[in-house]
Formats: sequence, C-alpha cells, structure tokens
Amino acid sequence: MRRKDATLALALTSLLAAMPALAVELSVVSGSVGKDITELRDALDRFEKQSGNTVRIVEMPASTTDQFGQYRLWLSAGNPDIDVYRTDVIWAPQLANHFVDLTEAAKDQIPKHFPSIIQSQTVGGKLVALPMYTDAPALYYRKDLLDKYGKQPPKTWEELKATAQEVLDKEHAAGNGQLVGFVFQGAPYEGLTCDGLEWVSSYGGGQIVDPKGNITINNPKAEAALAEARSWIGTVSPTGVLAYKEEEARGVWQTGNAIFMRNWPYAYALSNGSDSAVAGKFGVVPLPAAEGETSAACLGGWNLAVSKYSRHQKEAIDLVTFLADEPQQKQRAVNQARLPTMPELYGDPDIKAAQPIVPQWQSVLEAAVPRPSAPTQGQYNEVSKEFWTAVNETLAGRIEPAAALKQLEGRLRRLKRSAWD
Amino acid sequence: MAQVHSSAPPTRHALQAVARPALKSELSRQRRRSAWLFLAPMLVVLALVAAWPLARTIWFSFTDASLDDLSGAHFVGLRNYLEYVDYGDGTGEYFGLLADGEWWGAVWNTVRYTVISVAIETVLGLVFALVLNAPFPGRGLVRAAVLIPWAIPTIVSAKMWAWMMNDQFGILNDMLQSIGVIAHPIAWTASPETAIWAVIIVDVWKTTPFMALLILAGLQMVPGDIYEAAKIDGVHPVKVFWRVTLPLIRPAILVAVIFRALDALRVFDLIYVLTPNNSQTKSMSVFAQENLFQFDKFAYGSAASTFLFLVIAMITLVYIKAARLELGGGR
Repeated sequence: MRRKDATLALALTSLLAAMPALAVELSVVSGSVGKDITELRDALDRFEKQSGNTVRIVEMPASTTDQFGQYRLWLSAGNPDIDVYRTDVIWAPQLANHFVDLTEAAKDQIPKHFPSIIQSQTVGGKLVALPMYTDAPALYYRKDLLDKYGKQPPKTWEELKATAQEVLDKEHAAGNGQLVGFVFQGAPYEGLTCDGLEWVSSYGGGQIVDPKGNITINNPKAEAALAEARSWIGTVSPTGVLAYKEEEARGVWQTGNAIFMRNWPYAYALSNGSDSAVAGKFGVVPLPAAEGETSAACLGGWNLAVSKYSRHQKEAIDLVTFLADEPQQKQRAVNQARLPTMPELYGDPDIKAAQPIVPQWQSVLEAAVPRPSAPTQGQYNEVSKEFWTAVNETLAGRIEPAAALKQLEGRLRRLKRSAWD
Repeated sequence: MAQVHSSAPPTRHALQAVARPALKSELSRQRRRSAWLFLAPMLVVLALVAAWPLARTIWFSFTDASLDDLSGAHFVGLRNYLEYVDYGDGTGEYFGLLADGEWWGAVWNTVRYTVISVAIETVLGLVFALVLNAPFPGRGLVRAAVLIPWAIPTIVSAKMWAWMMNDQFGILNDMLQSIGVIAHPIAWTASPETAIWAVIIVDVWKTTPFMALLILAGLQMVPGDIYEAAKIDGVHPVKVFWRVTLPLIRPAILVAVIFRALDALRVFDLIYVLTPNNSQTKSMSVFAQENLFQFDKFAYGSAASTFLFLVIAMITLVYIKAARLELGGGR
C-alpha cells in the first residue's frame, strides 16, 4: 500500500516537473509622465526574467482625468484584456468593486509600507491596490538666478510673487525676454485640484470638504488664497499656464525659461538630465504658505490594482507584489526620484546619493494633505471637477474669488443633497 | 452615446414613385418581395448598430442606472430631466438636465460653434470649389492636396494644432510675432476669449476641403452651354455667378451644409483634445461623455445623450423643411 502511494507520488511529481510552467501574457495599463514607461519596461523585463511570463504595456495619456474615463469604461464592461491597472491614489473608493482584494497576497509586504498609504487604498476592509510610489510636490527654483540678485527661496506666496517680479523685470531688461516667473498646473483637470487645494490649505482655508463630509470651501481664507493666485496670472505667470499640465510646465522650466515651478519630484530627476538646460542650476524647497500658516503639499501617488476580470489573476498578483516591493521601489527612487512608500528606504544611502530630494522629502510627505476622495466617495470626481472649474475660471478672471467660492459651495451642496454616496 | 445617421432627403422623383399606386400583378408582388429581401440585411444592421443603442440610451435616461450596475437600473420617471427637491423647510430647488446651467452652457457652446464654423466653411468651401473648377495646369494635383487636412484623423490634427498654438513653443505665436501682428504670445487654448476660436480655426482648417469637395461635385453638374450663352450675351461674370451658378448649385450646398451641421453638432474629439474640460468650449457630447464615464451619473449622461439626439433631429427636420420651401420657391 505504501509502496503504491510512493510510486504514484513519484509519477505525479515527474509529470509535473516534465511539464514546463505555462507562461502567460499579462497586460498592464499605465499613464505616462516623464520616463514612467521606460522605467516600467525595465522593471517588467526583470519580472519576465524571474517569472517566465511576458508583460505588455498599454500606454495611456498623461492626464489622470483622461485615464480614469477609459478605465471605468473597461472595468464596467468586464474587460479581461487588462490584468493590472496603475491607479491614482484618489481612485480607490470609486473603483473598489472591480479589483481583487490584495490583503492576503501582500501580507508580508504590507507592514513595510506607510500605514497611511495602505489605509488610503483600503476600502471597506479590502486592499484595492498596492502602492507603487507616492508623491508630494515641491517648489523648484533657479538657484543661479536667485543668487545673481541676492534672493532667498520664498517662504510665503507673496514673497514668491515679489521675488519673481523683481528677477523677471531685471532679466527682461537684460534681454532675456523668454523668461517667465512661476509655472504650475493651471489647466482644468485633476492636477489643478491639487494646486488649488495647496493654495487654499496653505492659507488655512481647509480641504474643500472636511473628513466628516461637510462642505467648508466658502471661507475668507480660501478667498484670499484664490485672490493671491489670481494676481499671478499675466504678471509673473503667463496666461498660457491656464492650459498647462505637469509636462507643459516642465517644458517651460527645463528649457530654462521659468524662475519657479510647482511640480512633483519626477521633474527633479529629469531636470538634472544631460539634455536639461537647468541641470545643476536649481534647488527644491517645500511649497510656500501664507504668512503664519504652514505649507501644504497635495498627497499624490500611484498604485497597482489587479482586475477582477483578469484571466490570470494569480500571475497578475505576483506582478503587482513584485513591482510594489522594496527592490523596485528603490530602483524607481534612484532613477526617477519617485518617492518610495516604505519609510525604511528614506535612509538608503544609494537613493540619497542619486536623488537627494528623496530623503529631504520624508517630512513633507508626512504632512501632506489628502484630497477629499474619502469623504465624498463615488462623487469625488464631480467635486473635483467643480473645484477645478471654479479655480480655473477665477484665474482666468471670468469670476471674482468670492463669487466663485459662493457658487462652488452651492454646486457642491446640490451634489451632496443629504449625504455623499 | 446617441448618434444620428442622416441621409439626403428623397428626391421628388423618388417620392412620386412611392406615391404611384402599385399594380397588383404577380410580377410586382414578386419584385416587392425581392426588394424587401435585398433591404433586409441593411435593416437588420441598422437596427443593431443604430436603433438598439439609441433605444437603450433613451431607456437609461429614465432610470437610475450606474455604469457599474447597468442591469440593476430602475425606472425613475423624468427625474433625470427635471425634478423638484423640497428641502422640507419651505425651500426647494429644481434638479435635472433642464435645470442645469452647465448643460445649457454646453448647448449654447455647441450651437455657437456649429453656426460660426459651418458658415465660414461654406463660404471658404465655395471659393475653393470655384477655383478648383476652373481649368489650370496641375489642377489634379491641387485637388488632391486640398483634401489632406480632411484625411488626417481629427485626434492627430487636434494634437498637432495644440502644439502649434502652445503659448511658449507654438509656431503660430512665433510667426505672428515675427511679422509684428502681436506683441506678446497669445495663450490660444487657455484664454477664455480665444479658446472657442482656437477650436473653430482647427475645425475650419480640417473640414473646408470636405465642403469644397461636395460643392465641386455640384459645380460639375452645371452644363457648360449655359455659361457659353451668358458669355455670348455679354453678362458680367459676377452676375453669372449670382444668377446662374449659385441657383444651380444651391441643392449641393444645402446638402453639404446639413452634413457638416450634423457633424458639428455632435463634435467631441476636437474639443476633447484641444481644450479639455474648458467650460468655454464644452460641447453637448463632451458634457454627456463626462457624466457617462467620468462621473458616476450614467443615467444623467444618457439623458444628455437623448436630448442631444432630440436637438439634432429637430434641427434636421426644421432645416429640411426650410430648405425644401426655398427650393420650391427657387424653381
């Protein structure tokens, strides 16, 4: 009897060993800013070597707003062609139903991440996505230009405007006519919600909708913030900034045509690249604030989720845990200055040597302000659209800050009615 | 999204043929049967790709459908169109598409865009067609070259123009500045005053060739002997244009205008790429797409799509009626 069992077991094992592991082809969809796709491809090549599976990248536009519409459509249709989605930090509550719970698969890895980031990707006890990197913006400034005129990097928004104006006037007089003062993301899309939230929050004006779901945006401090931002347009910032997203702002900055830029840390690595006109000539500081208030950085970041409709869920989960784990996070930080989601990596000497902004940014990250995606749940996108529209129209001078905020409050109230859902 | 497929109105002869009482012979019955047989595949395809999605969209506009759960949609009456919400304290507010200022803004944007761009395209297209109709060396080549903008996919041309109109790197500002028309670069797609014009400029560039082509086809139908007669009578060429050419090509122009207008009323891709989310240029289709897919308001977006369909259908009906009256009066 025992001999028979043993023979059977031997036969089965040899059969399994003789069969090559069935390689599958996975698809991962990702938006692209800067060198995201090149970096992802490198990481996928390493995964392919390790697992024997092949992975295809489906490339999407840079705007998170554009990506979301397409993803929602695919997911609602139960599309099995995409296995892994790269998701924005704000999407978890809206897309949770379509993704696989990763709690079990990533249980060894979860304690290594920042608890707050894991929390942001957990909806009703389900871990919707694993963090790939996190994001908190910086104020980039031209060290050479500020030194030339004996200026310090600004601590307040008023100071930023004054410094930019002064340097601008002198540089224009000296024949540098292309130069502009301050570029940021002013186009009506999710990025402007980040920029706008930072202004309002750094004036002490709250977070649009507070964590309990109350609409708090219509207040004098928020009005002061918008009025200040409005005063930049056409003076230190070009009118065109109202159509800029991250890459347009970086385009102006990296060709050496801006004194200040608000952008995410990815621009740090690229600005130091060999084809950059500002390599070695710039520095980064946390964003300014109003006098007596604290600086606010909008919490960004991208995560990886596995589609419920994937035909290769097991392999897809392997891929996600691979990409979210320490070695890949480190690689992304070293090459791209993408902020790791693991506290331990902020002390890493290799990262510090390659991208000094990363260890410098841990404190900024810990104080970052989340967008109100948790309290507003499925309606976040609409709340965000109402906010970015109000801010964009205020900047364009079509409406006064006070009137814009009053109108915004009314619209948000209409959206909310009795409760967010 | 609802889409409208239109065709040219039936000609007078066709209408007469239908009206004529059919002979009740075996032969005519047989011919009628085979006619239906030949038409059947097209009718089936039309029902599948046009009628069914349209009916579904209209149905969803009366429900509380969400994109995540289409099968669980419940009938809610006209709530997506108009609803009065009583707050219980003596105050209340109207909700729904008909009470939505943003929707009416989108309707206004679309109609304004359609009227302006189609008007410019018609005039320019007519000029192009007249030039291309005149014999000159290399005409075949020029006729082909003129069609290039129309052959480029809208997404590509919109993106191309977006870069050309960029305020810092754009070639358009550079050219205008170097010839001294403007002193400072214009932020074409960003400023509220220029955004709609940016869209119109690109649309005119892209679809004028289409207008020119349709009008050129009409021009070639005009018999040459009429011009010879006019020439012998010594009529001034401008008078020939107004009295001979224009009346004769009017049917072609009317068809071209309705084609373009229907296309312009459901504009989406150009605006979505060139000036995304800009409330100054948001069209009805962009509004519908936003609600259908960006926001969790599938039913509301369906209502917008349904309304878009109704607006287009109404404009088409009115136009056909008006154009026929004019045609009748002109003959």
